[in-house]
Amino acid sequence: MAELNTDDGGGKKGGGKVRSKKSNAKVDLTAMVDLAFLLITFFMLTTSLSKPQSMDLGLPDKDDDPTKNKEVKTDQRRTMTIILGKDNKIKWFHGLQNEPEPGGSPTNAVYGKNGIRKEILKRVASVPQVTGDPKKGLIVIIKPTQKSNYRNLVDILDEMAICNVPTYAIVNDFSDDEKKLAEEMNK
Amino acid sequence: MAKIKMSKKSTSIDMTAMCDVAFLLLTFFILTATAKVPEPLPVDTPNSTVQTKLPETGLVMITVGKSDGKDQVFFGMKDRAVRSGALDYMAQKYKVQFTDQQKAQFALVEEFGVPMGALPALLDLKGADRAKKGVQSGIPLDSLDNQLQDWIQYARKANIDNGGTKELEFAIKGDAKELYPQIKKVMDILQDQKINNFNLVTGLRGKDYQ
Repeated sequence: MAELNTDDGGGKKGGGKVRSKKSNAKVDLTAMVDLAFLLITFFMLTTSLSKPQSMDLGLPDKDDDPTKNKEVKTDQRRTMTIILGKDNKIKWFHGLQNEPEPGGSPTNAVYGKNGIRKEILKRVASVPQVTGDPKKGLIVIIKPTQKSNYRNLVDILDEMAICNVPTYAIVNDFSDDEKKLAEEMNK
Repeated sequence: MAKIKMSKKSTSIDMTAMCDVAFLLLTFFILTATAKVPEPLPVDTPNSTVQTKLPETGLVMITVGKSDGKDQVFFGMKDRAVRSGALDYMAQKYKVQFTDQQKAQFALVEEFGVPMGALPALLDLKGADRAKKGVQSGIPLDSLDNQLQDWIQYARKANIDNGGTKELEFAIKGDAKELYPQIKKVMDILQDQKINNFNLVTGLRGKDYQ
């Protein structure tokens, strides 16, 4: 590889003064370029990868004044409630807990592609058909219990982003029935 | 005759230009890279598929994590001017005296987590000692002594004093195993100040996670 002197220096065998060799000015730069590109790759990746990713979260205005809090009525056919429990457990139901929509009674599920995502995707598609208005899509109500952890919350918010759920909210109030359900889960 | 000359041609190419370019880029990346500061409260963030980068400036990062089994909250401001401004306000409110040297030190602190009373002592420490485990005990955020709320408020105030046209943005960097109530407490403090939009710091993963 090294190519410092490539001219065949032994041209003259006979006596005579040997001319000062024309040393080749070319240095083999291959190794240097290799190293430089390796370092470039390293620095490029570390600069762009070290920036943390983030997830946007918008919460509704919080008003402590109870007189201003209006009861918002939503169509029960559109709401899907997801309760996050401890040890990565999920319980979900579609509609009301006591009178669920068809196929939407309280069920256990797991996080991820083959778990809750299937159910959400199914309902993202079916709800606008049931209501007959493409603007009235699914509403997901996320209820994290006291025993759920931060990863669960981020996971479920991530599912909302993946499934393009039009409306979702994090709600901290539990009805009595939901409380029972949550207690059962967190036992 | 001509054929013989052809075969003698060297196979090596001139790499000078390539080398120049490579080193130019290398220099650029080295200079733009910022040295990573050791975090006083290391947390393991959960992952998400969303790919939004955090802003480089105008950001306040609230780190929620556990150290020695205790929940701790740390506070970090990205802009130096905001740091100094917020410190002045806090010093006034909590009647803590800072020397000029301590103030200068505080402008360099990326993230901290001590009650106001312990802040001067922390600033006297060497930078490397601050990140040691057990040195910083977290910022108090219970209802009796809610220093986190004051820091948030004064950071926003300092941002306006500095002529910031953009509202300060807030990010929560929580540990994946942190229980929801602790995260909610921080969110509530933010919401009490009508900050309804904030970022959750996450790692990156593919969509097919289990």
